[in-house]
Amino acid sequence: MRHKIFSSLDAAVADIRDGARIMFGGFGGAGFPNNLIQALALKGTKDITAISNNCGTHDGELGLLFKNAQIAHVIASFPGPHSTYFQEQLAAKKVTLELVPQGILCERMRAAAAGLQGFYTTVGVGTEIAVGKEERVIEGKRCILEMPIHADYALIKGERADELGNLTYRLAARNFNPIMAMAATTTIVEVDEIVPVGSIKPEHVVTPAIFVHRVVQAKGMRYAG
Amino acid sequence: MPDKMRLTREQIAQRAALELPDSAYVNLGWGIPNLIADHLPKNVEVYFHSENGILGMGPRAKPGEEDYDLVDAMKMPVTLIPGASFFHQADAHLMTRGGHIDVAVLGGFQVSEKGDLANWKIPGAKGSGGIGGAMDIAAGAKKLIVCMEHITREGAPKIVRQCTYPLTGLACVDIIVTDLAVIDVKPEGLMLREVAPGWSIEELQKLTGAPLMSLGRAPEMKFP
Repeated sequence: MRHKIFSSLDAAVADIRDGARIMFGGFGGAGFPNNLIQALALKGTKDITAISNNCGTHDGELGLLFKNAQIAHVIASFPGPHSTYFQEQLAAKKVTLELVPQGILCERMRAAAAGLQGFYTTVGVGTEIAVGKEERVIEGKRCILEMPIHADYALIKGERADELGNLTYRLAARNFNPIMAMAATTTIVEVDEIVPVGSIKPEHVVTPAIFVHRVVQAKGMRYAG
Repeated sequence: MPDKMRLTREQIAQRAALELPDSAYVNLGWGIPNLIADHLPKNVEVYFHSENGILGMGPRAKPGEEDYDLVDAMKMPVTLIPGASFFHQADAHLMTRGGHIDVAVLGGFQVSEKGDLANWKIPGAKGSGGIGGAMDIAAGAKKLIVCMEHITREGAPKIVRQCTYPLTGLACVDIIVTDLAVIDVKPEGLMLREVAPGWSIEELQKLTGAPLMSLGRAPEMKFP
């Protein structure tokens, strides 16, 4: 069996080098890999390109990495009204932003996961999102070309993993996590519980183990909140 | 002539709720649209879609019963109705963009006579702004209703010939419900369907930045 279980959060993020492109799961306060984010803050990786729906809530979630000036560029859909550290850094031109419609953010990551070199969509046609993008008419509709978003790492939050890395998620904490798991080269998941292989019914697996490379049980660990 | 009346935000939501057909799959945006869930007509049952991956979202969770893994797109703890389901973000927007949502209701800063919508950024406002799901929803909902005040606080029309604010989508709005009127966006222009009690069509036209068509008279707005 391929060894995917890491005994510590620090070990799970130990090789993330400066300049890495990292996806972060979570939406609406649910499903954020908050413990892995804190481990990454401690490690001090710099010049990160972050791919995330939001840009943190004060110093919570991704806010911690903005507070520590670890992020240089962010691809996001809705930075959020309380993304104070991000907004400060954006105003000071210490971080750059690419705003992407939420569903298109998903599909660009999914294109990367699926080995597709982009797709055409009507979303954003005629808006500032379309500036600089190839436009053509398909089935009578104006469309723009959207390109895949790749990442070196995905940091995600699951509820339960088996020892192979099959994942389930709790309630609406699923959100971006399964998509990012598929899109990144290396997917690191923090879970509440690691269970023996076979404990999760095959038909209940949401993210199959092939997409998961490192699993760490975060509940009850040092950073857990 | 009765006193001129402006609908409250709740009354705008009540009026917009009358546009939801029974059994529809519905997405509600921030602001006035979010109030619609509390103002559904008694004989109408709809299924609420939340863009963070819930179908069959129920009312807000009661104090003491909140679960912060079960929230809507505004971070508010919610409940589920029987038959609800969860799915990931890509499927949540596959539903909005792919024409699977029957009715979406969004807030708006400006709507043009062609049904262009601007609702995500005010020019010159501080900060990054944020798009969220609005562009996907605008592009793909079978029917898009916009709820907003008819004019800005400064008195400028929000229904205009051409949007000057950053756009959310082109020719996407079907119905506009304001504190003063219900307006259908037709290929030939804006058709005034109802006006708030006490207002004449001429008075309403003065507060509207694009020509309004009407059938000679417009009935009073209905709201429970």
